Amino acid sequence: MQIEEILIAHKDSEKDSLIPILQEIQESEGFLSKEAVIRVGKHLDIPTSRIFGVATFYNQFRFEPTGKYHIQICRGTACHVLGSSTVLDVIEKQLKIKAGKTTRDGLFSIEVVACIGACGLAPVICINGEFHAKVTPEKIKQIVETLKNQNS
Amino acid sequence: MNFTIEVNNQKIEAVKGETLLDTLTANGIKVPTLCHMKGMIPTGACRICVVEQKLTGKLITACSYPVEEGMQILTNSPKVTESRKTIVELLLSNHPDDCLYCSRNKNCELQDLAETYHVRERRIRGKKNTHHLDLSSASIVRDPAKCILCARCVRVCDEIMNVNAIDILYRGSKSEIGTTFNKGLNTSSCVNCGQCIMVCPTGALTEKDHFPEILEALAHTNKTVVVQYAPSITVSIAEELGLKAGEDLNGIMNAALRKIGFDYVFDTSFTADLTIMEESAELIHRIVNGGTLPMITSCCPGWVKYAEEFAPEFIPNLSSCKSPQQMMGALVKSHFAEISNLKPEDIYSVSIMPCTAKKFEGQRKEMTQKGISDIDAVLTTREFVKLIQLFGIDMNNIEPQLADSPLGIRSSAGKLFANSGGVMEAAIRTAYFKLNGKEMVNFKIPPLRGTKGCKTAKIQITEKLEIGVAVVSGLSNAEELLKEIKNGRKDIHFIEVMACPGGCISGGGQPINSNEEALKERIKSIYKIDEKEPIKVSHKNPEIIDIYKDFLGEPLSHKSHDLLHTSYAKRDDVIL
Ligand code: SF4
Ligand code: SF4
Ligand code: FES
Ligand code: FES
Repeated sequence: MQIEEILIAHKDSEKDSLIPILQEIQESEGFLSKEAVIRVGKHLDIPTSRIFGVATFYNQFRFEPTGKYHIQICRGTACHVLGSSTVLDVIEKQLKIKAGKTTRDGLFSIEVVACIGACGLAPVICINGEFHAKVTPEKIKQIVETLKNQNS
Repeated sequence: MNFTIEVNNQKIEAVKGETLLDTLTANGIKVPTLCHMKGMIPTGACRICVVEQKLTGKLITACSYPVEEGMQILTNSPKVTESRKTIVELLLSNHPDDCLYCSRNKNCELQDLAETYHVRERRIRGKKNTHHLDLSSASIVRDPAKCILCARCVRVCDEIMNVNAIDILYRGSKSEIGTTFNKGLNTSSCVNCGQCIMVCPTGALTEKDHFPEILEALAHTNKTVVVQYAPSITVSIAEELGLKAGEDLNGIMNAALRKIGFDYVFDTSFTADLTIMEESAELIHRIVNGGTLPMITSCCPGWVKYAEEFAPEFIPNLSSCKSPQQMMGALVKSHFAEISNLKPEDIYSVSIMPCTAKKFEGQRKEMTQKGISDIDAVLTTREFVKLIQLFGIDMNNIEPQLADSPLGIRSSAGKLFANSGGVMEAAIRTAYFKLNGKEMVNFKIPPLRGTKGCKTAKIQITEKLEIGVAVVSGLSNAEELLKEIKNGRKDIHFIEVMACPGGCISGGGQPINSNEEALKERIKSIYKIDEKEPIKVSHKNPEIIDIYKDFLGEPLSHKSHDLLHTSYAKRDDVIL
């Protein structure tokens, strides 16, 4: 669905529909573009600064299109206990971007997610829907390198 | 309903419906606050105002807790003091600690709290804030590293200004104040009013300072450095210099400016008179010829940008007059340059304004002649006081002087621009004279005075013509009125808008932490000048008469249009 269609479906929505609307847009576009934020602001008569404030409060929203490879890193409890923060650190350093961002060449993006229900395989990452179990810093470096090489 | 409560084992009087903080303050018991803002709904965010419930030992936030009959409260128990101290220490734990280099040094609420709660060592060590300085705006500098997230700026920008340029972004330890998409303030809807600076407890918000440029220009011998000062300045610096708040220091200031090294000292109140000549002519023209009404004043650059962003449908209603600052700027580099045998490019034109938005206005592209900017630098009242101090000028020991002539004589009507309602009163005086050929019997229009956000009056201009006028200050109040007009309100023909609540006397460039009393004194002082001076109308200002005779011709003449009028354009409130 296009942004316009989503907004039409929310023709009479009040300000409290902000989050559902943002979710629907992200669902359909993959991220919240600047244009989208401005459009939603006009639609609900909410200042864009407030929308951006609300949206950045939640980890689920991103403001850049996802990369060709979208890496989701689980930060749920089980994964955390088994070192997911190091995993995140390694990936961020390797790709030189922070979670929520996309590399300049558009190849990779990182997203932090809550428990994805594969705790037995912790720590888990998921690239374009494909799970990688019990990842270690070395393993990750390898995975990322392989993907990079495939595209150079 | 009144009842008593017990505070620190003594009975005090309380009024039902007020907060505990209100009660304590009314009884002279001091409680520190940070996120609290007078007259606004409490958020209870910072917790510095905690007090202890004697019976339960529970800590509650005084600013948000409603007072209840029979309450027993301790405001200085060890528990209270300890927890306030911890809050201060936490606030300091990620603070940059560069007080010595901070523009708010010795005038900072965080410093004061650290002092009061006797913070003498760093017990809590956090990662220092590394947020970047935002230098993108022409008027405002944001240093989020010094921000303590009290959100006072956010609330002013929203509730008083209706601009919503900034909000709290991100979450938890990553929280910071920022614009939409966290870009520079210059990409936001910010109208540069500076009211956020006025409420910021720390150095996180300051004006874009023009101090170094001006020192450089003063030191440069081959430029002629001229200065103008806004009507409100002369009554706004006294308390900063250890004198009585509100005292009019006009003559002393003139002398001080010369001592500092300005070659010519002009009074912006002169061009305020000129604005009145042009604006009243424009009003009459619109009324007589069926032009767009209500006409709305355009001397406040904060309001002008707001209109361009949020009320573009009212752009045709804006008076085409430039502001007094810009009229002076234009005249200095044309008329004055000519009669003084100076090239415009050899003049450095400085203005002293109670306002941060004037810095933005000074660099608008409309405000240039042949690529040369009419105004080169703008100092706020605060920067001006620093200049006086830097040059070691003893304001107690200096003989008053007059401003330079021409461009230095004013009527008291021009001076009224400092107060909300002043432009309106001054304009009515001249419009009345133009239409009746005689002066008003009574110049004073009481319903247009005072600090109320929206003031209206009916004015019998001629026997046949009655007009409705409105004076609004605080852009939220302007927004309300515009809404009424959009919805069909028809009884208003002329509106004065000032972005800052109360007008320029409480502008965003004025001394920080002035109390309400000082503001009242400033207002009074301006009206006193109007009462005691002989020339109370712009059209009787001898220099105004001369400048039309020698240079401009008449109001709305071709030359006036060239130099003194401008145009506006719709702009996006967020720039991508
Ligand atoms: S200067 Fe005025 S408009 Fe700009 S952020 Fe501050 S309060 Fe808002
Ligand atoms: S910038 Fe100043 S006023 Fe705004 S939240 Fe930070 S400390 Fe408070
Ligand atoms: S915590 Fe990571 S999959 Fe459950
Ligand atoms: S002042 Fe009461 S919680 Fe901030």
